[in-house]
Amino acid sequence: MNLHTLSRSWLAGLTAVTLGASALFGTAHAATPPTDEVMTTGLAVTDDTVKVGILHSLTGTMAISETGSIQAEKLAIKQINEQGGILGRQIEYTVEDGASDWPTFAEKARKLLQGDKVATVFGCWTSASRKAVLPVFEQNNGLLYYPTFYEGLEQSKNVFYTGQEATQQILAALNWANEELGAKSFYLVGSDYIWPRTSMKIARTHIEKHLGGRVVGEDYYPLGNTQFGSLINKIKLKRPDLVFAAVVGGSNVAWFKQLKAAGMTADRMPMLTISVTEDEVLGIGKQNVEGFYSSMKYFQSLDIPSNKEFVAAFKKEYGDDAVIGDVTESAYLGPWLWKRAVEKAGSFDVDKVVAASDNMEWKEGMPHGYTKVDPNHHLWMRTRIGQWGSDGQAKVVWESDVIEPNPFPEGY
Amino acid sequence: MGDFTAQELTAIFVMQGFSGLSLFCVFLLMALGLAIIFGQMGVINMAHGEFLTLGAYITYLVSYQAAEWGATALTWYFPVAIVAAFIGTFALGYLVERFMIRYLYNRPLDTLLATWGLGLILQQVFRSVFGPREKTVTMPDWLLGSYRATDMIDIPLNGLFILVITLVLTLALFALLYRSRWGIKVRATTQNRSMANAAGINTDRVDRLTFALGCGIAGVAGAAFTTIASTGPTTGSLYIVDTFLVVVFGGAASLLGTVVSAFGIAQSQSILSFFWSGSMAKVFTLLTVVVILMLRPQGLFASKVRR
Amino acid sequence: MQRFIKAFGGPTVLIQIAIIAAILMVLLPATTEIFRLNLFGKYLTYAFVAVGLVLCWGYGGILSLGQGVFFGLGGYCMAMFLKLEASTPEATKIQTTPGIPDFMDWNQITELPWFWEPFHSFAFTVFAVVAVPAFFAWLIGYAMFKRRVGGVYFAIITQAIAVILTILIVGQQGYTGGINGITDLRTLLGWDIRTDGAKYLLYYACCVALLLCLLVGNFIINSRFGRLLIAMRDQEDRVRFSGYDVANMKVFVFVMASVFAAIGGAFFTLQVGFMSPTFIGAVASIEMVVFCAVGGRLSIVGAACGAFIVSWAKTSLSDSFPQIWPVVMGALFIGVVMFFPRGLAGLVSDYGSKLMPGRKSQSKPSTDKPDTASRSSAGATPQEQA
Repeated sequence: MNLHTLSRSWLAGLTAVTLGASALFGTAHAATPPTDEVMTTGLAVTDDTVKVGILHSLTGTMAISETGSIQAEKLAIKQINEQGGILGRQIEYTVEDGASDWPTFAEKARKLLQGDKVATVFGCWTSASRKAVLPVFEQNNGLLYYPTFYEGLEQSKNVFYTGQEATQQILAALNWANEELGAKSFYLVGSDYIWPRTSMKIARTHIEKHLGGRVVGEDYYPLGNTQFGSLINKIKLKRPDLVFAAVVGGSNVAWFKQLKAAGMTADRMPMLTISVTEDEVLGIGKQNVEGFYSSMKYFQSLDIPSNKEFVAAFKKEYGDDAVIGDVTESAYLGPWLWKRAVEKAGSFDVDKVVAASDNMEWKEGMPHGYTKVDPNHHLWMRTRIGQWGSDGQAKVVWESDVIEPNPFPEGY
Repeated sequence: MGDFTAQELTAIFVMQGFSGLSLFCVFLLMALGLAIIFGQMGVINMAHGEFLTLGAYITYLVSYQAAEWGATALTWYFPVAIVAAFIGTFALGYLVERFMIRYLYNRPLDTLLATWGLGLILQQVFRSVFGPREKTVTMPDWLLGSYRATDMIDIPLNGLFILVITLVLTLALFALLYRSRWGIKVRATTQNRSMANAAGINTDRVDRLTFALGCGIAGVAGAAFTTIASTGPTTGSLYIVDTFLVVVFGGAASLLGTVVSAFGIAQSQSILSFFWSGSMAKVFTLLTVVVILMLRPQGLFASKVRR
Repeated sequence: MQRFIKAFGGPTVLIQIAIIAAILMVLLPATTEIFRLNLFGKYLTYAFVAVGLVLCWGYGGILSLGQGVFFGLGGYCMAMFLKLEASTPEATKIQTTPGIPDFMDWNQITELPWFWEPFHSFAFTVFAVVAVPAFFAWLIGYAMFKRRVGGVYFAIITQAIAVILTILIVGQQGYTGGINGITDLRTLLGWDIRTDGAKYLLYYACCVALLLCLLVGNFIINSRFGRLLIAMRDQEDRVRFSGYDVANMKVFVFVMASVFAAIGGAFFTLQVGFMSPTFIGAVASIEMVVFCAVGGRLSIVGAACGAFIVSWAKTSLSDSFPQIWPVVMGALFIGVVMFFPRGLAGLVSDYGSKLMPGRKSQSKPSTDKPDTASRSSAGATPQEQA
């Protein structure tokens, strides 16, 4: 009981700060509108519930990364339900396991849309899983909120991308490195798959065309590679001003450990990564990341009231040891974005929700600050540079203006 | 590379040689256990990677405990962790042989499948017990950073440490196999099982200990790998295909062959990835090994034993 | 007529195939919705691989841990054709270079690579689906069997090939689609393969092809060649000394297995709508061996059923108990290998012969112990077999 009241009072605070507008809207609808009014397309909506899907890997190699997203999505849904749900309906969720396997993702997406008739899906993590489910969502006119920062080059009526696309994450960060660190020569390193390669392509063009800098080396290693000795030697020989890295997964751990072992500490070789969040730091170890920079829209340490509340709620739900990375926060946005769009549309129908989403704006309230939904289904937001400290948390050293999402950058 | 001074090139040459050497240690540590299990017993242990993972997790547990006890414990826990990892994996290996492998001798392809199933189960057990996230093993200070030989040359301390472990382990194994009574029994069993039996060697027991020893070595490798790579449920399975190639390339029954082949594969992969991208270096190295194996299927050092 | 029936392994086998045909083509479509049926269609594509494995592993004694390579090659050939068809200049006009697949455009490729060109033709694609994997299998088989590489060595080398090909495909994403694979396939010769009607048709086409494979497989193992295979598996040297070219027999059966796998791969692409490097890798390949082992490595019908049942169980288990299915899968595998080396088919036939003592069970091999499959090449280095 005590717990309950606690979370209620906390939530009242959240509602007041965060979602002032939508909370008002919610109360206006308190007299639950009839089902045939809010849904005309056969979705699983009853008079007091609405069903949604959560589609992530619970097993397999990607389970490591996707756990945080599931937790965030569940937390957001729980909070929305405690506020009275959406259009007077409580959200019920079905969790499906994509098992780190792309066809399984497609299969489970089809099950959620065709079998369970869910009103929306929160899910996917890797680009490959998103590419696999994309045709399913387009064909069945489903709705997907996708949380990961990704390579761009995609835009679909049926998908909202709550993470940053590549240009948002990269361009401002490189400008910063150029101005603040005086970096002129860069070494690009990535795991060998689409996101790092596309990101590095954008980075290279920006460095060469707009910063007047030089790329002295560019290297890709297979996913799961754990030997970076030769690469580190190459970097030592080329002596770039900055290493720009997008190494993922288990490789990331080996990469940082071996950098440290080779004496390449942050003071000798500055490095800016776009693939290290608080989640990754857990695996890499605080002692190995100290001093390096990450470019993200969100860090757990952000000094914004709405973030403090979010962090507190997350820790209360999942324990004090829980950490929140950028993607986890993006996943948390999904249900809130959807709630507001549904309430604005007054309907769960996908077409109406999509139409209502355009240009929705949060001046404050989201854990990462200003947010606006662009008609291209990506979000306007700020990019931040964080420097990792010995406590495993990042200190924000620089913050950009709000950046327009541009998934199909011209000239890159 | 005209813009570099001779001194720089020497430094890179030395460090490059050393990074090849580290990769060699990784391959060899992993391959040694596999080589005695496969080479001496003809058993393919697809769960070898999971034994390595177990070793790594045991190291994690020891480091966790050491962190509770304070700074001194944290400085000196690593040798304890290695011994614990060896004992843990040795025991599991013993049980696996006792309850599974021994029913499958003479069916090497079936041991391959059954141990793969075992690997799958172990992976899921790790995931359930330790969680899907990677664990950080807190390193003692003397294992962090590098030894700066000159202004340019940095020798990673963890690389040195692994090099020492590899040397000690390899020499001990050679001594055990070629200089001890037990080694004679193992080799006798390998060469002619029924004759060995007739000569009064308890071949069942020899098999069991050989298998357990191979697993124990994997455990030590796992402990050593925590210094350079990640510790997660799938850590070990990353190495398994490479390692099998190392063992087969070296010639199955020859321990020396394994050493030489690990060295060759590691150095060529390391050197190639200096000039090429890491992915292409790996493809090219593996492809070369496969092609050589097609031309010379018995591997580098063919055993002259007839069974 | 009698001879005809015998050529396919006797009436029992034909009855079994007829029952399977009835279940697949009448019972399942009548009782399941199209969404599930499409899944079943996907499971059936693994059955092709399992049938191939019965031939080369169960009867030939050659365990390939790289069947995913052939499954993938077949699937990729089909996917390349479908992708080209989906990438018309009109559909891709927002690209820098319209008319090439989207992933090439993202990778700054401005011209269709030469090896993609022939896949504009459907006739060539159908030919390539079979020919490319067959050639590849012939190359590997010829190089290795002529040098008498067998058993464990062959398994490890094929596994390495699977790994190499995966890294290569992932690394060359401009030409292959990388780790995402080739996605968003829409039409086959102008016919939309994503509609329910198309899915029904594709499902039926897949069933027919599988039934044909079952017949061909049974025909092979019941022919003179099939008996030679068994002889070779159990006593390779004697067959060789009798004047047969053992290597050629192995190459042939390996190529057959790869062709079956490739056909499965092509149907996979058609029904699922994409192809990705995950199916080529070591894990996918070994899972296909599991399917075969569980169903029964000596029974073509059994292995096909095994593929279907295990992949079905995998989906439903991971639906309800995501944490448990790897354990169940592993345990199943250990159990089958240790206690039922002949798999489900072995259980069924033992049970069947108890019920009907007069009847000779079909799946029982001519040898008494199934585990002899690998004995000839076991443990010994290839050189020593000479």
